Amino acid sequence: MSTQKDIEEPSYLDYKGKYRGIFSWILSTDHKRIALLYLFSILAFFATGATLGLLMKFELIAPGKTIMTAQTYNAFFTLHGIIMIFAVVIPGLPAVFGNFLLPIMIGAKDVAFPRLNLLSWYFYVMGVSLVLISQFTGQGPPDTGWTFYAPYSFRTTGNMLPAVFGAFVLGFSSILTGLNFLVTIHRMRAPGMKWLKMPLFPWTLYATGWIQLLATPIIGITLLMIIAEKTLHIGFFDPALGGDPILYQHLFWTYSHPAVYIMILPAMGAISEIISTFSHKTLFGYNFMVASSLAIAFVGYFVWGHHMFTSGMSSTALYAFSLLTFLVAIPSAIKVFNWIATMHKGSIDLQTPFYWAMGFIFVFMIGGFSGLILGSLATNIHLHNTHFVLAHFHFIVFGGTGFAFFGAMHYWYPKMTGKMYDSRWANIGLFLFLTGFIVLYGTMFYLGYKGMPRRYYDYDEIFHTGNIISTMGSWVLYSGLGIIIINLFASLKSGAKAPSNPWGGKTLEWSVPSPPPVENFKEIPVVTKGPYSYK
Amino acid sequence: MKTIENEKNHIIPYKTFLFVLAGLIVLTLTSVTLTRISLGTLTVTIALIIAAIKSTFVLRIFMHLKFENKMFSIALIGVVLLLCAVITITLLDYLNR
Repeated sequence: MSTQKDIEEPSYLDYKGKYRGIFSWILSTDHKRIALLYLFSILAFFATGATLGLLMKFELIAPGKTIMTAQTYNAFFTLHGIIMIFAVVIPGLPAVFGNFLLPIMIGAKDVAFPRLNLLSWYFYVMGVSLVLISQFTGQGPPDTGWTFYAPYSFRTTGNMLPAVFGAFVLGFSSILTGLNFLVTIHRMRAPGMKWLKMPLFPWTLYATGWIQLLATPIIGITLLMIIAEKTLHIGFFDPALGGDPILYQHLFWTYSHPAVYIMILPAMGAISEIISTFSHKTLFGYNFMVASSLAIAFVGYFVWGHHMFTSGMSSTALYAFSLLTFLVAIPSAIKVFNWIATMHKGSIDLQTPFYWAMGFIFVFMIGGFSGLILGSLATNIHLHNTHFVLAHFHFIVFGGTGFAFFGAMHYWYPKMTGKMYDSRWANIGLFLFLTGFIVLYGTMFYLGYKGMPRRYYDYDEIFHTGNIISTMGSWVLYSGLGIIIINLFASLKSGAKAPSNPWGGKTLEWSVPSPPPVENFKEIPVVTKGPYSYK
Repeated sequence: MKTIENEKNHIIPYKTFLFVLAGLIVLTLTSVTLTRISLGTLTVTIALIIAAIKSTFVLRIFMHLKFENKMFSIALIGVVLLLCAVITITLLDYLNR
């Protein structure tokens, strides 16, 4: 693979197109600019969701009312959930890093449908705007939690419909992105890039694309059914109208569990890239890594019922879902073993992205193992709807996706911006982030095990000490987060110029200049070797 | 590799489209007529079979699946099987509750 340093085209950041100023961004169909549109939108919504989380933790520092009423707390955890799930972690890695890197990593000039790509960003912004509008209109903000469970979601006086419709519109954004990526991967790989010569990150985007395309319409229809039930009084889910509330849970989780894999699969892909690059070693068990990505996507479709063990499902379904839940752990474990085997006897370069990858494996393992505890029928009865569940999914969703997102950010930052960042501050930020994360969410395992329920703004005195520790953890975590983000923004101005391949990576994105030119490649490369061709 | 640039377009004669359209209308009328006859539990099964036949026509002729790479047919069959699996698992709850 030859480097293209001699390329004379302006970078995508300097390119003077048809439009100027803000219009050169919001009307651009360049996949790299759209990726940055997503990045800044997601960061803004993440800051909103994180602030709500910080305030909720502050409320829980002492029993009784501290800084907000019970109703405000209900509205806060609902909005926190909707924003963080639908607007941050689901689009996070695919929409930002997938958009920016997928075409470059497979040797293409753009995605298959550039205009559709921009449209999906508009759907994204419209969806989140609708969710935010629901907070300030009607008879008060929604208070159902991000799951909109029936029958409460039909009876609450909270302003449900804009929030539900917002989530529906966000689903369109996700479907269009998934479709675009699938077609891009099928049709636009560079000559010579056969399926098993494709890097792991595009492979995980491929598996994710199928989930986005096949699972998201289910939640779309379900949310429309809520709207029909609430406005036209058709009895789908409300028992008072002859509906079945458990059917709602089935439909909701048929999407929302695979959605966990929309979040985590690209995260695993990014971690695979980082570990291979910083170990200077071919990814161990590449074929099994590919197969496990597809297996996670496939088996992930059939485990949704483990969110419903206490809902009143039949015992036959309970056993089936518990068994299937244990099965999905197998491909996840294959990935972890292969990451470790990749590092074994590698020439490890201890840089910031590598530390993030290690943090990812650590928190993902804890999240994964606690998932097995929840997947067991007997222990689930005790732990259901407690802080243990909160701890588990924050370890998986925020830990898994968050660590991979920031790992990917530090890995591909030089490529995306053309600047290097201050790695000392980046490492300090990571250390605080990891410490705060473990204190904040680790304590929740204990609180949940002792019986503290989730979604309560008040608690018994026996949970006080745990809550103080957990709240303090949130301060440490947010300090780390602040340092990380300030460092990345400051480096845009003061960072040293990044070379085209600062880490010695072997995949195609490292063969183009940093930042890449508008059409990525002067000439479409011909791929002759595998993606991790270390000697 | 088959790419966007080198793929061929298939032109289907209007006559074929009209035949398929007529077939779809006949099947729709059959479906509606059958709702007036009491067939017990078979009603839903027959309605679904007719709907499946209609979908197959639309996919193969109108959506050109017949002329496309076999990969697309395999992907479609995979998706249908996935849907069947999801419905079967859901029925594990409903039939045993």
